[in-house]
Amino acid sequence: MLSKRLIACLDIRNGNLAKSIKFVDTKEIGDPVEAAREYYLGGADELVFYDINASFENRGILIDTVNKVADKVFIPFSVGGGLKTLDDCVNVILAGAEKIHLNSNAVKNPGLIGQVAERFGSQCVILSTDVLRVPRGGSIPSGFEIVINGGRTHTGLDAIAWIKKGVALGAGEVVVNAIDADGTKDGYDIELTRLVADGVDVPVVASGGAGSPEHVRRVLTEGGADAALVSSIIHYKNYSPGEIKKYLADNGIKVRL
Amino acid sequence: MLDTLTDKKNDGVITIIDYSAGNLTSVRRALVSLGIACRVTGDAGEIAAAERVIFPGVGNAKSAMESLNSNGVADALRTAIRRGVPVLGICLGMQIMMTSSDEGGANCLGIFDGGVKLLRPDDRRLKIPHMGWDSLKYVKEHALFDGIDSRSEFYFVHSYYVDPTDKSDVIALSEHGVDFPAVIGRGNVFAVQFHPEKSGAAGLKILQNFAAWNPKK
Repeated sequence: MLSKRLIACLDIRNGNLAKSIKFVDTKEIGDPVEAAREYYLGGADELVFYDINASFENRGILIDTVNKVADKVFIPFSVGGGLKTLDDCVNVILAGAEKIHLNSNAVKNPGLIGQVAERFGSQCVILSTDVLRVPRGGSIPSGFEIVINGGRTHTGLDAIAWIKKGVALGAGEVVVNAIDADGTKDGYDIELTRLVADGVDVPVVASGGAGSPEHVRRVLTEGGADAALVSSIIHYKNYSPGEIKKYLADNGIKVRL
Repeated sequence: MLDTLTDKKNDGVITIIDYSAGNLTSVRRALVSLGIACRVTGDAGEIAAAERVIFPGVGNAKSAMESLNSNGVADALRTAIRRGVPVLGICLGMQIMMTSSDEGGANCLGIFDGGVKLLRPDDRRLKIPHMGWDSLKYVKEHALFDGIDSRSEFYFVHSYYVDPTDKSDVIALSEHGVDFPAVIGRGNVFAVQFHPEKSGAAGLKILQNFAAWNPKK
């Protein structure tokens, strides 16, 4: 039986490790390769790197970071942020990433999901979503809307409908980032995660709001998530990935120790 | 490409077979991190004469077999195995060591008797591919698991599994709705469904054990 996964998320800006709260007030707090190595040795099951100021000029820095990480980290890791074309995705995977994340660019160009899935398989394509709570109704019956461009742009897309479409197009995994919870440390959005987990038959990764190991336990059980993404609580040394997983194991969840 | 030999204890360079089937760089990087000399090649002559072989692979069985048959690598690998050198198959590399595969109806290498089947768990909550960390149930001991905690987990990404005719080939099982062979081996050939190069310390230990393995002992 598969273990639940704890995924350490590292935001990258200008080649540095960064952490933002609700997408504003970003601080650059360290070297991503060193942090990646620390989380790998500290018990993380997987790593995610998001390039938060992805631009054409910065693409070389990102590829350089991916290469350095792949030399030092021997667990799966994925990369997202501004990947716009099949070539962008190919370059990141050839540099050593296991999977890529498509977010805003999948909304703008849904065909990209299928292009990457055809080239490398669905297991390499993660549909990454930023989701905002809005009033139910109209084009958004679930009350959860997809927002893009780092949370700044409303799309009018219902999150559940979009995620189902993304999976049908070839995404092999979904990250659900609850914007309202992101950076708050008040806990994951359990209701949103459960809705997505019940709606698709690919693994679902919960993101946004982790402040304690108990929050992680809840989203993996009540929320139905296959994996939980953590950032602030490990970056600021509140807990190590190993400590969180020990708590999960002590509470009856199968994790890799 | 030949990486420098930094650990003189290892008796030879590991040859990683390149047949354009996926992530070779991660296997090479893992060996380099361990100080184990290796080279990546698709040259049939070099593979036939290799001292130690890793046969990796991610992708589709049918297209992999077409590639292996067209460039003589299939015969070269059989030659290396007949010479008795240690061979490690990983993921698709393991699957195409079987007689045939249901994936694309491919005829495979026939190093092990048996087929390759699609995972079809009865429990609909179990997702395909079987992707993530999973544990092993050991059926027998093997030198490649020396020093590895029996509770260690390994990283899997696959939709098909091997079904050897001779059950004595099975070294360890894993479970995804059904028990399936996750590790098989006979004589100088050892094959794993998971990715040791992505399985943290336990996976690296398998690669290290492979580099030192003497199957004739």
